[in-house]
Amino acid sequence: MSGFDKVVHSYEEALEGFTDNMTVMVGGFGLCGIPEGLIEQVYKMGCSGLTAISNNAGVDGFGLGKWLEKRQISTMIGSYVGENELFEKLLLSGEMEVILTPQGTLAEKIRAGGAGIPAFFTATGFGTQVAEGKETRNIDGRDYVLEPSLTADFALIKAWKADTMGNLIFNKTAMNFNPMMATAGKITVAEVEEIVEAGELDPNYIHTPGIYVQRVIKGNSFEKRIEQRTVRA
Amino acid sequence: MALTREQIAMRVAQELEDGFYVNLGIGIPTLVANYIPEGVKVMLQSENGLLGMGQFPTEETIDPDLINAGKQTVTAVTGAAFFSSAESFAMIRGGHVDLTVLGAFEVDQEGNIASWMIPGKLVKGMGGAMDLVAGAENIIVTMTHANKHGVSKILKKCTLPLTGAQCIKRVITELALMEIKDGAFHLIERAPGVSVEEIQEKTEADLVVPDDVPEMKF
Repeated sequence: MSGFDKVVHSYEEALEGFTDNMTVMVGGFGLCGIPEGLIEQVYKMGCSGLTAISNNAGVDGFGLGKWLEKRQISTMIGSYVGENELFEKLLLSGEMEVILTPQGTLAEKIRAGGAGIPAFFTATGFGTQVAEGKETRNIDGRDYVLEPSLTADFALIKAWKADTMGNLIFNKTAMNFNPMMATAGKITVAEVEEIVEAGELDPNYIHTPGIYVQRVIKGNSFEKRIEQRTVRA
Repeated sequence: MALTREQIAMRVAQELEDGFYVNLGIGIPTLVANYIPEGVKVMLQSENGLLGMGQFPTEETIDPDLINAGKQTVTAVTGAAFFSSAESFAMIRGGHVDLTVLGAFEVDQEGNIASWMIPGKLVKGMGGAMDLVAGAENIIVTMTHANKHGVSKILKKCTLPLTGAQCIKRVITELALMEIKDGAFHLIERAPGVSVEEIQEKTEADLVVPDDVPEMKF
């Protein structure tokens, strides 16, 4: 790995410098578009006291659900607990601090963080628990809540294809939070399905330019577990 | 007769207009997609990053990278687009979605809605619901009129933590279509065979009843 060559060849190398008590963003919506191998590596390393920023926390025993098992997360920032029993239990018992954040506000906090915007006003959550303790302002007759942006020590994301310079393309709805998180991590690590030489991806179709990406690793394998397998007859 | 879940969805579907971009929530709202009127073309927005959601895939075409906001495997229709969560909520927050349909635990006569948690019992998280109710001008809430013990969920004031304040204007239940204005529910239509008295009995909120309340037509 040197200069503009972002490719690393092991998960250890991909997560070099990752330690206890860090703030980490993890891409994905449910189990769709999550960096499976990077999540597994953090689980193996056993780092704890983490502040994890992710829309969901996986399911019991998979994705971020594994970090929950080992109690690696001290604060979770996300929008949906859903069907994750352990998450709900840790939340209700107060064992883990959970900052539930509206999904669009979460996405925008990350986008803003990566774009150098420290905070923004949004109507989302005004008059609800989400606005408690936050500055509000009436602008042109409508009430808004001031939401601070988010950045992280590490952003662990999943993309479909990368080139060696870290330019990324995502696949379908596996894109979700990954592009914004790429911009908001001090060190962004992209786990991808395929790495090609620089120049092989059409610059017209790059979703995330390589400037945001510090390390790229080709995933060993992707289980791509499906949460709700629905088919038509 | 009180409406079935499917009939509630059918009644909502009558509100769809050709060319609408529509976001359907989880549960009864999802069923609306099954009753899109003939000659009406809509594009379904799924807030995880899909505009142009299609039907469920076949076993052969199932793709774990293509899901809806309910995490169900889906397909994309001709003319669909994929995008990030930030882009998705720019569409929602920016008022670009023509109609939003979502469920609720409670709605009150000030237009407040509670749908995301029951303290001490159930925490699902708000997901995108707070953004949806804050961003959309045109929202229809589908819900049951009362709980299984007969306790009204159409209230003077919501008792559960709010999803949004003063943002709901239309509610369709198994008994009635109501509008919220000037601090009260207004009865617009009733389910076929359901009496005004039954609706009044199951409504805790102030309910304005006009002289003539037509039955819903299917």
